[in-house]
Amino acid sequence: MSLQALTYIVVGLSFALYIGIAFWSRAHNTGDFYIAGKGVSPVANGMATAADWMSAASFISMAGLIAFLGYDGSVYLMGWTGGYVLLALLLAPYLRKFGKFTVPEFIAERYYSRTARIVAVICLIFISFTYVAGQMRGVGIVFSRFLEVEVTVGLVIGMGIVFIYAVLGGMKGITYTQVAQYCVLIFAYSVPAIFIAIQITGNPIPQLAFGSEITGSGTALLDKLDDIVTSLGFNQYTSGTKSRIDVFCITLALMVGTAGLPHVIVRFFTVPKVRDARVSAGYALFFIAILYTTAPAVGSMARYNLLNTIQPGEVGAVDGNLIYDDRPDWFDTWQRTGLVTFEDKNGDGRIQYYNDANAGFSARAAEYGWQGSELTVDRDIMVLANPEIAGLPNWVIALVAAGGIAAALSTAAGLLLVISAAISHDLIKGIFAPGISERGELLAGRMAAAVAIMIAGYLGFDPPGWVAQVVAFAFGLAAASLFPVILLGIFFKRVNKQGAIAGMLTGLLFTYGYIEFFKGLFLKWAGSPWGENVAEHWLFGISPEGIGVIGMCLNFIVAIVVSHATAPPPERIQHMVEQIRVPRHVEDHQL
Amino acid sequence: MHSENRMAYWRANLRLVAICLLIWFLCSYGFGVLLVEQLNRIRIGGFQLGFWFAQQGSIYIFVALIFFYAWRMNRIDRQFDVHED
Repeated sequence: MSLQALTYIVVGLSFALYIGIAFWSRAHNTGDFYIAGKGVSPVANGMATAADWMSAASFISMAGLIAFLGYDGSVYLMGWTGGYVLLALLLAPYLRKFGKFTVPEFIAERYYSRTARIVAVICLIFISFTYVAGQMRGVGIVFSRFLEVEVTVGLVIGMGIVFIYAVLGGMKGITYTQVAQYCVLIFAYSVPAIFIAIQITGNPIPQLAFGSEITGSGTALLDKLDDIVTSLGFNQYTSGTKSRIDVFCITLALMVGTAGLPHVIVRFFTVPKVRDARVSAGYALFFIAILYTTAPAVGSMARYNLLNTIQPGEVGAVDGNLIYDDRPDWFDTWQRTGLVTFEDKNGDGRIQYYNDANAGFSARAAEYGWQGSELTVDRDIMVLANPEIAGLPNWVIALVAAGGIAAALSTAAGLLLVISAAISHDLIKGIFAPGISERGELLAGRMAAAVAIMIAGYLGFDPPGWVAQVVAFAFGLAAASLFPVILLGIFFKRVNKQGAIAGMLTGLLFTYGYIEFFKGLFLKWAGSPWGENVAEHWLFGISPEGIGVIGMCLNFIVAIVVSHATAPPPERIQHMVEQIRVPRHVEDHQL
Repeated sequence: MHSENRMAYWRANLRLVAICLLIWFLCSYGFGVLLVEQLNRIRIGGFQLGFWFAQQGSIYIFVALIFFYAWRMNRIDRQFDVHED
């Protein structure tokens, strides 16, 4: 059977499974959307959280970024897992005790202010839009490959499907659908990884394989990889090029951002007990870690396979490079999407792929008769192309497509729901038109989702970076705006509404301004980015991906200073804080 | 429940959080970022140790840390008699 047909079947089957489960559990579950987590074991809840959390950035983009960044890619691995520790220790149990449904609701109550609520909604919209923009590129890539169309056409098709998926809604909230999505996703990720691990090292466990020897060579994979990449003028795989402070800040921004992301926090509002909130973060991270510890193995093996395919012989030897006419099939299919391009610059009919930005190496390459690197490979295709490059059977490739679509759709749709809920529930019903009817609220929510998807699609056409990088901006914004005021709200009774509002605005505006200035985000039509994105221009040498850390520090400082300069919060608020610090309900006269 | 008892409970909680965050910091920012070059001189199989912490070890420790915190915190809840049901 052709790959195309097989892909349609596997993707179709996975959709049938999700829809089937949605109908089945709807019939048996009259519970509300928000309490979907109740009565569900913490293990199932952990899987659902993991599916919700792992998006196109985790599934499609991250291993590819690691493949090309090597050690520097560690920022994504540590950053997107370490945040769960902060969540479990600092936020989740207290927010569960507080017992409201949305992050703006918590901020409105704790800071006794509608203005604070509006500011929180604005932060939330900024975060979610940036996040969704990253997802849309991922969606575009998946659809373009499997429908064999250009990436922009894939994006438009993807937008349509995400819209239907988000507006049908309900499905998203049903925990068991997400459990199924997690299973599809992790199966699709692990199977090719195991196959390739066996192919290269003979060890079936990817986490161990990338620290093992290549079969029959006596050299460890990572050492061999270091050799190959440096012989082509690239930077060594196991050491990085980013500055120490930048690695530090990006990792911290991603961790803190994880703990400040509205759609993640919300999951811990809905578990049955405070102690479940603590442990379900552990289960969620366990299930996330299965993918996250596999990803660096996939990255290193993908890089190895790619370079081995293009450069089967010695570097510099006339017959060392792949002859273009002998190219494998995946080369053509990916060229059709425009994400792999080849130009025979020196006209020798072979493919040369090396780091032509490295001036020292370019001189040597010229001696070989190479006139520039002839191949460009989009980093975001590595996970999807990896099984093809390794020559795995078609059903594995089809499975990866289904996994990628599950990851991208579930998160994109989830974020759109967060945006539309923030606009219809928190803004319109909560503040501007409290008397709005149910139907009006629903309509407003749908319209908000439609507008959101248009903007996200527009951003997805010309994103300011790779999927995982764009998503990293969203985390920086979350770290700088929402996390500090939630944390202070629990651990510092003295922080009041003036402090919280000033802190959120400072953190958000500073971080957003910095990203817009160097990378361009929402204001591309107005000529952004205005600054050249090079390390010499950065503040303290921190890149836009890591700047959320400075925004977070500013937020903390401003919130505390302003709070101390103004009146303390009223007594009932101080009681409320005392109350959320203790798992069991405490009578007021005991506070 | 007396306010003194509640203060002691909160202090016990903060102490546990501080210990856990110290481990969290050490295994990621310490071993994986700040000390990565020193640790890379040590090899385990085909891995350089610093690289391994950055791409594998820190994640395993994060998972273990959350379960450890949840377990200890449940004990502290019982000890101060503030646990649910």
